[in-house]
Amino acid sequence: MTTATARTDTRTGFGFDDLPALLSRMTGDEKHSNAATSTLDVVWVLYDRVLRVSPDTAQDPHRDRFYLSKGHGPMAYYATLVAHDYFPVEWLDSWGSFNSPLGHHPDRTLVPGVEISSGSLGHGLPMAVGSAVGLRAQALDARVVVLVGDAELDEGSNHEAMEVAAALGLGNLTVVVVDNASTSYRVPGRIAARFATEGWDVTSVDGRDHEQLAAALSRRTDRPTAVVAAVEEKFS
Amino acid sequence: MRDPRRVFADTAVSLVEKDRSVAVVYAEISGQFFGAAERRHPDRIINVGIREQLLVSVGAGLALTGMRPILHTFSSFLIERAFEQVKLGFGHQDVGGVLVSCGASFDTSSGGRTHQAPGDVSLIDTVPGFGIHVPGHPDEVDAVLRWAVAGSGREYVRVHAAQNSVAFPVTPGRFHVVRKGSRATVVAVGPMLDPVLAAVSDLDVTVLYASTVRPFDSRGLRESIDHPDVVLVEPYLAGTSSHLVAEVLQHLPHRQLALGVGRTELRRYGTPDEHAAAHGLDPTGIRRSITAFLSARAVA
Repeated sequence: MTTATARTDTRTGFGFDDLPALLSRMTGDEKHSNAATSTLDVVWVLYDRVLRVSPDTAQDPHRDRFYLSKGHGPMAYYATLVAHDYFPVEWLDSWGSFNSPLGHHPDRTLVPGVEISSGSLGHGLPMAVGSAVGLRAQALDARVVVLVGDAELDEGSNHEAMEVAAALGLGNLTVVVVDNASTSYRVPGRIAARFATEGWDVTSVDGRDHEQLAAALSRRTDRPTAVVAAVEEKFS
Repeated sequence: MRDPRRVFADTAVSLVEKDRSVAVVYAEISGQFFGAAERRHPDRIINVGIREQLLVSVGAGLALTGMRPILHTFSSFLIERAFEQVKLGFGHQDVGGVLVSCGASFDTSSGGRTHQAPGDVSLIDTVPGFGIHVPGHPDEVDAVLRWAVAGSGREYVRVHAAQNSVAFPVTPGRFHVVRKGSRATVVAVGPMLDPVLAAVSDLDVTVLYASTVRPFDSRGLRESIDHPDVVLVEPYLAGTSSHLVAEVLQHLPHRQLALGVGRTELRRYGTPDEHAAAHGLDPTGIRRSITAFLSARAVA
């Protein structure tokens, strides 16, 4: 089920329904396009309804942080940032070219609003743990939301991070796992069970349902939260 | 003499106490020095357990929020085990941090190859923007750590168990002229200074002391050279800084001898002194190499 969000950004006039047109301005290789689509609703809901951040507060220490750990397939991310006025829509037309700031994996030093440079898997969640510790140490009431893919959880570094995040009680940390069943050695239910075993607050939702996503992604407790967002299976 | 590793830990804790933006992240190793302070500052002195990938990435994540992280464990685990985390977490994110290792090349000689890391300096030297410091005295450990944490850049501090008898002021980017001679210039890095001075006591050579090797003091080396023969003595992989010496002398016919830890795996246990001797880095070995280098020129 897809529940489209009707709201549009007041500055750009772009809304959720404009994302396909924005995506079509980017030409990427086939390998990346499916992955980009799997994250579309999650990323949109985060920027539209959950994160306390805007282009005006993109350097504010109090802002919420979004870490796109699964850096491949960033088209939905770029389109959402354009819709929310982080950079000009014209940038989309030349993405991936030598002089474009928009690569097939995002670079935080080149793209306004991008919090981490990603691409190699298994780095975003461990860095997010450090940032959650840093925000807490500075008594900043901001949160870190990190997006990972289900196959990205193959990387052992994530498991180091999920164990320690729970041990440290990082209530300002949220992981959203976009699960398109793309891991090679899949065990149904393993992701939610894994986070729950470590003591995370876990919610499983339909990754295309904006109401479910908004509710789960807004949830905060004294424990780190994991949202498992199921979307269409990649190889079905 | 004070234990340099203990000096590091004490200085790190004092920096945490003094500055709320400073945090220490470690992975069990050296926990005996941090325990009491960790209870006072649980948000800024963090033990991640035996998780070195996380250690490095947590440091990078702290830096992304404006904190100044100090990361610490053995050199083999800090730089080699989690190298991609160093490369992407600090280099590619373009954030600063202070990485401090202990163990050096073979301080844990009896532990075997798994705890030895003669290649760490070569490896981290591939990540843009890292300063590399090899303090040769406990006072230098304290001074360089304070200097590094006060800045905002990427710094690697390699704490050795072996130390020189005399401390030099910490002046990153500038070598010290320890003595002047005319037949060659010997650059002694960190704890190599005392063995070098013992080795060349009656030889007519200039000795420079380097406790910071990146940035490399190219100007200081150029200014000190009377005769274009240079001997580099480094306590990690031989030749790690050779390309920088070659760059300084690129317009001069010159000769260079690079001493350091050899490339062949030495499958031995024993003491650090025995390992130094096996790699030709004790006074006897250094003297033998330098004497042969100087006399080879005379023959040619």
